[in-house]
This record gives sequence, structure tokens and C-alpha cells, in this order.
Amino acid sequence: MDIYVPDDRRVVDLLRVDLGLTGTKEGCGTGECGACTILVDGEARLSCLMVAAQLEGTSVTTVEGLELSREGIEIRRAFAGEGAVQCGFCTPGMEMAALALIRSGRDHTREQIREGLSGNLCRCTGYVKIVDAVMKAMERVRLGDRE
Amino acid sequence: MTIDRERMEIGKPEIRSDAYSKASGRERFAADIYPDNLLWAGVARAGAAHGRLTSLDVSAALAVPGVLKVLTAGDVPGPNRHGIIHKDTPVLADDVVRYTGDAVALILAETREALKVAVPLVKAVIEPLTAVFDPREAMADGAPLIHADRENNLLMAAEIRKGEALAAFAECDAVAEGEFSTPVQAHIFLETENGTAQLEEDGAISMTVSTQSPFRDRLEIGHALGIPFDRIRIASPCLGGGFGGKDGATVQCLLALAALHADGRPVKMQWEREENLAAGYRRHACRMRYRLGAKRDGTLHALECELIYDTGAYAHLGGEVMELGMEHAGGPYRIPHNLIRGKCVHTNNPVAGAMRAFGVCQVTFAFESMMDMLAKELGMDPMGLRLQNALTDGDTNCAGVRLVTSTGVAGCLELLRDHPFWREREEWKRGAPPGTRRGAGLAAIFNAAGYGGGVRDSAIAKVELGPDGRFTVHNAVSDMGQGNSCAFLQMAGHILCQEASAMDLFQPDTATAYPSGSSAAGRTTFTYGNALIQACEDLKARVINRAGLLLFVDSDKDLRLVPGKVIHLPSGREVPLERLASFMPREDRVCINQYVAPVCEDVPDTAKGFFIGFPHVILAYGAHLARVQVDLATGVIRVMDYLAATDGGRVVNPAMFEQQVHGGVGQGLGYALTEDLVTREGKVLSKDLSTYLIPGTMDAPDIVSIPYHGNEATGPFGMKGIGEVAMNGPLPAVANALADACGIRLCHAPLTPSRALEAIEAGR
Repeated sequence: MDIYVPDDRRVVDLLRVDLGLTGTKEGCGTGECGACTILVDGEARLSCLMVAAQLEGTSVTTVEGLELSREGIEIRRAFAGEGAVQCGFCTPGMEMAALALIRSGRDHTREQIREGLSGNLCRCTGYVKIVDAVMKAMERVRLGDRE
Repeated sequence: MTIDRERMEIGKPEIRSDAYSKASGRERFAADIYPDNLLWAGVARAGAAHGRLTSLDVSAALAVPGVLKVLTAGDVPGPNRHGIIHKDTPVLADDVVRYTGDAVALILAETREALKVAVPLVKAVIEPLTAVFDPREAMADGAPLIHADRENNLLMAAEIRKGEALAAFAECDAVAEGEFSTPVQAHIFLETENGTAQLEEDGAISMTVSTQSPFRDRLEIGHALGIPFDRIRIASPCLGGGFGGKDGATVQCLLALAALHADGRPVKMQWEREENLAAGYRRHACRMRYRLGAKRDGTLHALECELIYDTGAYAHLGGEVMELGMEHAGGPYRIPHNLIRGKCVHTNNPVAGAMRAFGVCQVTFAFESMMDMLAKELGMDPMGLRLQNALTDGDTNCAGVRLVTSTGVAGCLELLRDHPFWREREEWKRGAPPGTRRGAGLAAIFNAAGYGGGVRDSAIAKVELGPDGRFTVHNAVSDMGQGNSCAFLQMAGHILCQEASAMDLFQPDTATAYPSGSSAAGRTTFTYGNALIQACEDLKARVINRAGLLLFVDSDKDLRLVPGKVIHLPSGREVPLERLASFMPREDRVCINQYVAPVCEDVPDTAKGFFIGFPHVILAYGAHLARVQVDLATGVIRVMDYLAATDGGRVVNPAMFEQQVHGGVGQGLGYALTEDLVTREGKVLSKDLSTYLIPGTMDAPDIVSIPYHGNEATGPFGMKGIGEVAMNGPLPAVANALADACGIRLCHAPLTPSRALEAIEAGR
């Protein structure tokens, strides 16, 4: 996709305002909460700390593209089914971090999942059901691998 | 998925109706709305803690390219004052500035970037007045008055007197004393305060706001700006968190004012995190002095305490916050003699207001610490002392209110007592790795629900059969993430015998729903849910009746409403709901019902100086257990296990019940260990989430929630609100666990490593 915006346009604004992709959230604007997490060339990045020019020639995945992958479908299903969603404002960023994590390996422990999501804050859940959801999604992806 | 094929059930862990839309990023929050041709609005704030605003130079801000207007107090129509109970807060300061976050100018700009450049260019000339930041100094004679009509800066001074506490201490065999303090806590909802507004052609202002109280907002805006209520329409989509911080005006009056000056263009305002921390509401810091006495056998006998709540520059709900704290100051126990004194004091600090467990988590820290201190004096087990004195049905609580609703605190304590985390704690403690100590701590907790006496706690539910044969619940109390609207769908689907996929939900909109109060006070699901039950029963009866007309049957008794249709049992004939709906005029397809929550029938003569909101009759209870491991070299307290037993009556949705408990404990652990919104001379020093620390994934254990299976006769399907109660447990439970581990008693929260280390070293 070609879009022309000022080089220093924050990626979170590019997504939310210019492209109308409001699934990516902004919770702090200073890189501390993780609500704006997206994948850039498969890596979890904070879109509030990136400018448009850094995206030149890269492949970007936002929560709107979550269902385009098997892992993403399982993550969405598990977040809903395991009760990991409350207010839902951290959810898209949390899911993108989980997507990067599950793609990096299929057999993380709960502790490793907590570590992998440590850049994402949630104020509603106490994290228990978020970790449950990522465990569940990872198990289902693993089962799918065997089939 | 099979659940979609079945009627929705109460008691089943139904998947929340908003889960998929939120998990796919499709749910539209207020923050996600960017209308075409919008203007951005932003606020210039005073920066000075106390002073007289003598002049404002807005020329530099106005000269910034893209800035359209800079509004000041002179542009505000109407009295320019808002406030839930006391109309004391200026929309834009017009005379005295009372804290650093007071709004002095409102800027309208074409872009957010222009706004950011312009805001700091507004020059307010403020002639300093002596400021006061310590509530004790603020009460002293001669202290500068922050509001001329509030003597000694007291927003409220009140007491609860039950029995003869001072004399009763002479009859006690053991007395514990302590002084405690709790920090300012910030809500840190991830979606900061925001909204959009537009002046419509017919002269009405349409707004979409991240708010807990759309109907009350209309009153606030209408009063402050002198606008008739029917010219203000507010929609409240799902909130990205609230926790009390969006109860009351944040962006509302400012946005409406901006819309009046935007030539019909839509206006958007979104606070940044720094602004949220500097000008948003926060939890009251509190100082508490306690004395608690018991008989030799452990029977609690007398309590005396003095509470000082720092309410900051404006009233908001400060008095009511303190009242609720006072009502809980004696814990969920029988104590015959109580003297509870409270002072809610203005300072030039930022405004303290509503936050989850409204005034209660402060006193719970003090009281539950006192219980362990007293248990030690008595040589008793802290579990035994609590069980011996725990309130049961029919007892009289510390406010002198006889308990006529379900009281499950003893049941919750028993659930902990019988759990391996408690039973096997000594063995677990012996397993502490070298350089660490382990301990287990308890807290028994409660939290009243509802507005209390003198404030009618009412909701008006509306449910509709649409022309397509689907049912719609018109929610009227904001869903800030707790899932009340999902519970409403579950209740409606259950009564109307429909599957989840046949039910629709509208979030609150003052144009289409009915005033139903705020999403607050543990009353949201309770009050609206009760209203909704009858509305659904009425609609069900009506739908069956109208089907009988179509089917030519003499009586309704053999007709059943089932998923998608009404059937006549003897003949098997049926009417699909879509067909039935096309037969009914719209007003016939809508049912509306009001419910008013119960109030105390027998108000005790114990409370003096209270305004409204006393007493409460429905309370959620709980008991928490924290097991901690303390690093003796660093003072770091790690919560290893956390167990929360909760009496919320009957559980409507076990998954959502757990969500509330987990979340309350998580927020409570932050309050216990790290959260402290630091303000110096009225300036907020915690500007971001790297200086104000909330728990991350690595900071909390896998919290375990156990429901106490009770039943609240007045509740919808037997439930009570549990959104707040869990917040009260973690701080005292962790403090008690720390005392158990290291023999040190921290009375000042948060329980930081430096405080712990200092106490450990002092004890050596």
C-alpha cells in the first residue's frame, strides 16, 4: 500500500486517524503501556514510538489483521473464550504481543508468557485470564501443527 | 459453538457479548471516533496551586497556525460551575485558582499538533495566595481558606457514635493502637478521558463521551453552561476502564463549551496520560489513628478512630467518600462500642474523588492491620480472632445498622481456613530460600453497594422487541469494562428464553434510554438488573399475549416463548417472533420498568454530620489471604500466592465474577506495593507510567478466586455487586503477611522495598 504522510507522523496516528484502523489503541503515548503494539516485519513494536518513515518497505500487522493467521484466530478465540477481555482497551496490543510470542515458540510456560507480555499493561484483569488465554491459544496452535 | 443455540442461562460462564468485538479491535470506544472535519480542543491549566487569576494573555497561543479560538471564562455562558453535589468547580477559572490543574483557557485547533504547541503559550498571570498542601495544616486556625464558605477548610466533619467507646476501653483486657497512612492512587484506565461534541442544526449538543454517568453529565453541563437538559444528548459507548475516575465531569463541560464555539464543526478532546495524572480525579490520601480493644477471650469491645481524608481543591464526592469509609471503619465485625470521627479536608492538591472501593480501602488497611496487632497482644490466631467476631445475619455493624441482608464474611473466612494455602502455611514458610522470609496474611473485607439513604438509587430499564423479531436491551448504565451490559443480555436472554445471537444491546444514550444513575457504587448490575427483570417479564407476557391473538387461543396459559417464536403447546402451532413483531405497534413492543434499591428501614441515630448516602443495607463481603516472600537484602516483597473468597450472593456469570475479583486484587496489589501518585507543592511529579507504577504481568501471582455460594434475596437472581470489595483486601493482607514473615509492621503504604528494608534493619 502506498500512503503519503509526513515522515514524522506517529505510526499510531497514521493507523488510527489517517487509515481509520482504530483497533490499535493508545494508552500512554510514551511507550509504557503496550496498548499500541503492532507487528512490523513480524516483530512486536510500539506504534506510539515509531514514525511513518520507519515503516517504509516493511510489512505491518495490526489487530485488524489478526484473523489472517491461524495463530491470530486462536488468540482471538482464546481471549474471548477464556475471559481475558474486560474493558478491552489493552486487548489488541496484548493480542499482538501474544502473536509475536506464539510465533517465537509453541511451548512457553506460564512464566515465559508473563515475561513475553511484560511490556503490556492491563488494569482490569490482574492478568490471570490473559495468561490462560495465551496458554490455550498456544496449545490449540500446537495441536493444529500435529494435524 | 453450541451456546448460541441455547437459551442464555443464569449461572453459566457465558462468553461476554462484547468479547469478540473487543478482541478483534472492532468495538468502538469514544476515543476511536474521529468525525470528518473535526476540531481538536485542549486545555491550558493554571500551573499555580493557589492564587488570584488577574489576567490571561492568549495572543501567542492564538497566533499559532491552525489555532482557531482560545476561550476563557468570559466565553462561558451560565454560572460556570460544576460539581456533583457542591457546584464549586469552574469550567474555566474566573477568579481564584485552587490547584495546578485548574483549567484557565480552552483552545480549539485544526490539528492536535497545533494544539500541543499552543497550550503552553497561554500566559496566565496569577497573583499568588498562600497555598496549603497538608490536611492537618489546612485545618489549623489561620490557614488560608480555599473556599471562603468552608471554615477550617472542612468539606465535612462527621462522626459515628455507637455505645460508649471511650468509657468501654476501661473494660478491655487488650488494646492495640496504631497510626496509618495511605497514598494517592490513580485509576489508570487505559483509555484516558475523552469525547467528541457537536452543535447540531437544531441547537442541541450531541456528545459521545467516555463517561460513567451520562445522565448526570447532562445535569452538570446544563447547569454549568446554562443549557436546557433537552438540548444535550450524551452517548456513552464501552469505556476503556473507569474505576470511578470517569464518574463526574472531566471533559464534558469543556467539550460542550467548545462545541458552542465551533460553528457547527465536531470537536474532539482527548487527555494525554500526563494530563490524566495531573488533572484527573484520584483516590484520597488518608491518615488514620486507631485504637481497638478486646476482652481476654478475644471478643472485640471498643473502637476509637480518627480519619483525615485529603480531598484536594474541590468537593467532587469527597464528603461521600469519607462517609463510606466511616461506615466501614470498624471492619465486618461486631463491636459494641464505636467512636469513628472523620474530617474531609480541602487542600491545594489535585481533586480527589470516586475510585473503586470509595473511601473503604483506606480504613480496611488500618483496621485489618489492627486486627493482627490485637491478635498478637491477645496471643490469638488471626483467623480465630476474625471468625470469633465476624458479623452474621441480624448483627449490628459498626455504624449501628442491623444487618437484614446476606452476610457471608464468616463463610468467606472459613473457605480460607480450610484451604491448603492457609492450612499448610507453616510448612510453606519453612521452605523459604536462603536470604528470604515467608509469611501469610489475612484480611476480612466488606463493601457496601448502592448510593445509601437519601439518594434514590433507581434504574429504569427498557427492553424492546424489534421489527426483525430480535430483542434489544437499552442499557442505561455505562459499561466501563465490568461487563454489566453483558450480564443484562444474559438476564434478558434467560427470561425471554432466547439464544445469545438473537439478543442486541444498545449502550447508554440519553436520547433513547432512561435515567438510571451512574455506573458506580457496586449498584450497576444490581439496580438496573432488577429493573430489567421486571421489564423482561412484562415484555414476555405481552409477546405471549399478542401471539395468542394471532393464534386465536382463549388463554395465554398454554403458550410458551421459546427461541425465535411463541408456540402453542397443545396444538404445536407457532408464531415466529419476526411475524409477531410486524403485528405489534412500536410502543407495544417496548417495556419499561423502574426499580428502586432498598433503603434502611430502621436508620440508627449514630451518625452526625453526614449529608447524604447513609446508611447502606446491601454489602458484599470477602476474605483474602496473601502469601509473600520477602528478600531480606533488598526489602522486595513478592506476592507468591493470593486467595480471594467473595460473597457476592448468587453468581450470575462465574467467568465475569472471577474477572472482577482478579481485577480488584490486581489493582489492590498495586495499591499495596508500588502505587503512589507523588505531588509536591501541588505539582504532580508522577507524569507517566514509568514513574507511576501499576502491576505488570510479572508483578502479580495467579490470583485464585473462590465464590462463597450465598444468595441475596433482594438481588437480581440473588446477586450482589462485587466490583469494589476485592480492592480492599490486598494492602492489609500483604501488610499482615509481611508482619508474619519478618516481624515488622508497616503502617504507611505503599509497602515499598525501602520502607520494608528500613523496618527490617531497625528490627535487627
